[in-house]
Amino acid sequence: MLTALVFTPTAVALLLFALPRRTAPAVFRAVWVTASAVELVLVIAVWAGYEPGGGMQFEERARWIPGAGVSYHVGVDGLSLPLLALTCLLFLTCAVYSLRENRRIREFAALFLFLETTCLGLFVALDLILFFVFFDLSIVAMYFVIAGWGHRQAARAALKFFLYTFIGSLALLLGFIGLYLAASPHTFDMVELTEQNPLAGRSAYGAVVLLAVVVGLAVKTPTVPFHTWLPLAHVEAPAAGSAILAGVLLKMGTYGFVRIAMPMLPEAWRRYALVLVVIGVLSVLHGALVALAQTDFKRMVAYTSVNHMGYVVLAVGAAAATADSSEQARSLAVTGAVTQMVSHGLLTGALFLLAGVLHERGRTYDMGAYSGLAAVAPVFAAMTGVAAFASLGLPGFSGFIAEFQIFTGSLGPQPLATALSVLGIVLTAGLFLRALRQVFTGPLRLPDAPGTPRAFADLRVHESLAVVPLLVLAVVLGVAPRFLLDVIEPASRSVLELLAR
Amino acid sequence: MTEMNENPLDLLPEVLLAASAVLGLLLGSWLPRARQWAVGLLAVVACVAGIVAASVAATEPATTAFGEAFAVDTVTGASRIVVLGGTLLVLGVSFRPLRGDPRESEFYVLVQLAALGALMMSGTQDLLLFAAAYLLASIPAYTLAGFRKDGPGTEAALKYYVVGALLGVLLLAGVTVLYAAGRATLYPMLGDALRDAPEPLVAVGAIGLLAGVLFKAGGVPAHFWVPDAVQGSSAPVAALLTTLPKIGALAALFRVGDAAFAGGPLPWAALIAVLAAASMTLGNLGAFFQQDVKRLLAYSTISQVGYLLMPVAVVDRSDLAQQALLYYLAAYTVTNLGAFAVVCALPRAHTVDDYRGLAKDRPLLAASLVICLLGLVGTPPTAVFLGKLQAFAAVFDGGYAWLAVLAAVNTVASLFYYLRWIVPTVSRGASPGRTEGDRTARVVAYAATAVSLGLGLAGGPVLDALAAR
Repeated sequence: MLTALVFTPTAVALLLFALPRRTAPAVFRAVWVTASAVELVLVIAVWAGYEPGGGMQFEERARWIPGAGVSYHVGVDGLSLPLLALTCLLFLTCAVYSLRENRRIREFAALFLFLETTCLGLFVALDLILFFVFFDLSIVAMYFVIAGWGHRQAARAALKFFLYTFIGSLALLLGFIGLYLAASPHTFDMVELTEQNPLAGRSAYGAVVLLAVVVGLAVKTPTVPFHTWLPLAHVEAPAAGSAILAGVLLKMGTYGFVRIAMPMLPEAWRRYALVLVVIGVLSVLHGALVALAQTDFKRMVAYTSVNHMGYVVLAVGAAAATADSSEQARSLAVTGAVTQMVSHGLLTGALFLLAGVLHERGRTYDMGAYSGLAAVAPVFAAMTGVAAFASLGLPGFSGFIAEFQIFTGSLGPQPLATALSVLGIVLTAGLFLRALRQVFTGPLRLPDAPGTPRAFADLRVHESLAVVPLLVLAVVLGVAPRFLLDVIEPASRSVLELLAR
Repeated sequence: MTEMNENPLDLLPEVLLAASAVLGLLLGSWLPRARQWAVGLLAVVACVAGIVAASVAATEPATTAFGEAFAVDTVTGASRIVVLGGTLLVLGVSFRPLRGDPRESEFYVLVQLAALGALMMSGTQDLLLFAAAYLLASIPAYTLAGFRKDGPGTEAALKYYVVGALLGVLLLAGVTVLYAAGRATLYPMLGDALRDAPEPLVAVGAIGLLAGVLFKAGGVPAHFWVPDAVQGSSAPVAALLTTLPKIGALAALFRVGDAAFAGGPLPWAALIAVLAAASMTLGNLGAFFQQDVKRLLAYSTISQVGYLLMPVAVVDRSDLAQQALLYYLAAYTVTNLGAFAVVCALPRAHTVDDYRGLAKDRPLLAASLVICLLGLVGTPPTAVFLGKLQAFAAVFDGGYAWLAVLAAVNTVASLFYYLRWIVPTVSRGASPGRTEGDRTARVVAYAATAVSLGLGLAGGPVLDALAAR
C-alpha cells in the first residue's frame, strides 16, 4: 500500500517520457492532475484504514542491502500520516495551479511527480538510509525545478539551495553513520535504533551525533543561522516550486527532529534542549523582523516561513527542557509542533501560489508597484486576505490551533522564551496587515513594465481551484481540528515517552 | 620450498587476457585493414571469458598460486571482475573511433596488456612480481597516451612517461630497500620481518613503494601527470587511464598495507589517511574552474582516489574496509566510465559549454551524464553513494572520524564543479559545435549508467560477497 503510494508518481513520470514527443500538452497536464488526484485518494484510503493510537501501521519490510544494515522499511504513524496527506494535497493543488504552464510541461510534470515520490518516501521511511536517499533526491529534484523554471537569477538560487542543503544532508549522513556504528548489531533501521537507544550513557558520542543530525535538519528546516539559502531560492523558484519547497520540503527538517533526533538520542536531546529553544526563539524573532523589512511580497512570505518553523523548533525544544513540567503540557507542545507543520504547509502553499498569481499578472513581486488591487481583483484580494490572516494565527484558522498549543505547551517549561516568541505573532500581524493595505487598498496602481498586460485579471478558475481547498482545509482545521489531533496526540505522547528514557 | 602450486588454471583470467593479446598481435599482422575489428572482438571474448572464469574462481575458497606470489582471494576476484568489466567498456567506446585505423589491432592489444598489468598488480603478494606488474601496466599505457601522434597526445605521453619512469625507479629502489630490511619479498613474510627491522629503512622503502603505487593510482603527490595525460590523449584512452590502473594500484596498496605494513613500526594508517585527505582536497581544488570536460574528469578522478584511499587507510582497523574498498572501486569504475562514455559519444564537444542544450537534443544521453555525474558526487541511489557510505562507515569505525568529515566537506565542494557541467547540459539553448555522435559509445554510456544505478539499488548481495572473511 505505502509502496504503491510512494512509487506511483515516479512510474507515471516515466510513463510521461514514454509518450511521443508530439503529444499535446493538455495530455501531459491531464495525466499529471489525474496521478496527483489518485495519490490523494490513496492517502485518504490510508487515513481511513489508520487506527489512531495504534503505533506504527501499514509496515512493509524487505531486505535491501543487508551487508550494510540497510533495509527497505516503511510505515506510518500519527507523526507521518498528516504530513503524507499534506504532501498529496499540495502536489495536487500545484498540478491544478500549473494547468496554464506552457514551458516544457512534460519535464515539469515529470519532475513534480518524481518530487512527490521523494517527499512521500521520506515521510514513510523507517530506515535511516532510505530516509537519506529520499532526502537527497528531493534536493536534486528541487534543484532542477528552480534551475529550469525559475526567474532571472534561477541558476544562482538553485546552486545556493543545492550547496546549502547538500552540506546539511552530508552532516546528517555522518550523524546517521554515527548511530549505525553505535548500535549493535550495526543497523540503520529506525525502529530498532529507537528501541535500542544505542547512545544511552555515552554523552560525548551522543552530543557529536546529535550535533551532526541537528545541523543537517536545521539547514533544511531552516532555522537561524542556516536560513540564508531560503529567501533567494523561494523568490527565484516558480510558484508551484515555492509552494512545495515551503509547504513540504521544509517539513522534512522538523519531521526529522520528532522522528529521528528526539526518539533516538533522548539523553543528548534533553541535555541540549535549551540550545534548541534559543535557536527557535531566534528564528521566530529574526524571521519576523526581517520579513517586516521586506518590500518584495514573496520574500516576505519566505521569511515568515523562518518565523513559523521557529515555533516548531521552540516547541520540540521546550518539550524536553525540564522534566518537572507537566506531561500534558509537553505533549501539547509536540502535538502543536506537528499541527503547525500541517498548518504552515497549507497556508504558505496558498500564499506562494497567490504570489505566483501576482507575478504572473504584474511581472514583479514588489509591493510598492501595486496598489488598490481589491477594486479590480476582489476574489484575489479576498483569498490573499484570508491566507494572510490565517497565517498570522487568527482564531478560527489552523494556525491559531497550532500556535495556541505550542505556546500553552511551552509556557510552563520555558516562560521567558515563549513570551519572547509571542512577540513574533505581533510582528507577523503587523507585516501582513501592512502588505494587505499596500497592495489591495488605496487608488489603483499597476506596475508599468514592458510586457505587462494593462488589466489585472482576477483569479482564474484553475487558480481558485488550487488555492481554495487549501484555505478551506485551514478553516476546517481551525474550527474542528479533532480529526487531526486524534491522530497526532497518541504519537506525540509516545515520542515523549521515548524522550523520557 | 617443498611443493610449488604451479597450476596455471588459477590464473585463468590473466592467461586468457595474455593469450588473447598475443594472438591479437599475430592476427593483426596478417588481417586486412578493414577486418582488424576481429582483434577487438577477440579481446571482448577474452574479457567475457575472463569474467566468467573469475566469477567461478571467486566462489571457491581463497588460495595462492606460484608459491605464494599470487593470491586468489576476494580482493583478486573482485578486482578481476571490475578490471575486465572496465576493459569491456573501454573497448566499447574505442570501437568506432578506431574503425579502419592502421593501428587498430595494436590499440586493442595495448589495452589488454594494460588491463593485464592491473590484474597482476591487484593479485600479487610479492614485491618483485609487483614491480613487474607495475611495468606491464605502465608501458602500454604510455604508448596509448600518445597513440594519436598529435601535439597534445605526444605531450601527454611524454609527461606520463617521464613521471612514470621517475616514480618507477623510486618504486624499484623502495622494493630493494624493503628487501634489504626484511630479507623477503613475499608480503606475509615481509610483514613479520619488518616489525623488527630498522624503522628508517622501512620508512624509506615504504615511501618508494608508495611513490609507484600513487603514480598508478593518480593520487597526490604523484598526480601531476593526470590532467595533462587525460586531456591530451583521446577520450577512450583517457577513460582507460583514469580507471583500470587505479583498480590494480589500490587493490595492491590494500593488500600490501594489510600484509606488510599495518601494525608495523610505521604509522601506516595515518600516512594513508593524510594522503587520502590531500588527494581529495587538491583534486577538488584543481577541478573547480576547469572548462575542458576531460580535464575536469581528470581532476575529479584525483579526488576520487582520495575517497578510495579511505578504506585502504583503515585496512587493519575496521572489518568494513575490504568491502568498502572493493565496492567503491566497482562503483567508481562503472560510473566514471559512464561519464567518459558520454564524452566519447560526443567527440566534438570539448568544453562544458559545448554540452549546452544536450537535454533537449539527446535526453537519454543527457540523463546518463547527469546520473553519472551525480553518481560521482555520491547522490543516492547510485552505486558510488553506497560506496561512500561504506567508506565513511569504515573510517569512522577505524577511528578516523576527521577523515570522514573532511570527505563529506569535499563531497559538497565537488558538487560545485559537477554542477558546472550539469547546468549547461540541462539548460536551454544549443551549442553549434556538437554534431552527430558515436552510437556505440552512446550504448556503452547507457549500459554503464544502468549498471551504476542497478549496483546502487541492489548492492546487498554484492556487498555480502565482498565482505572480509
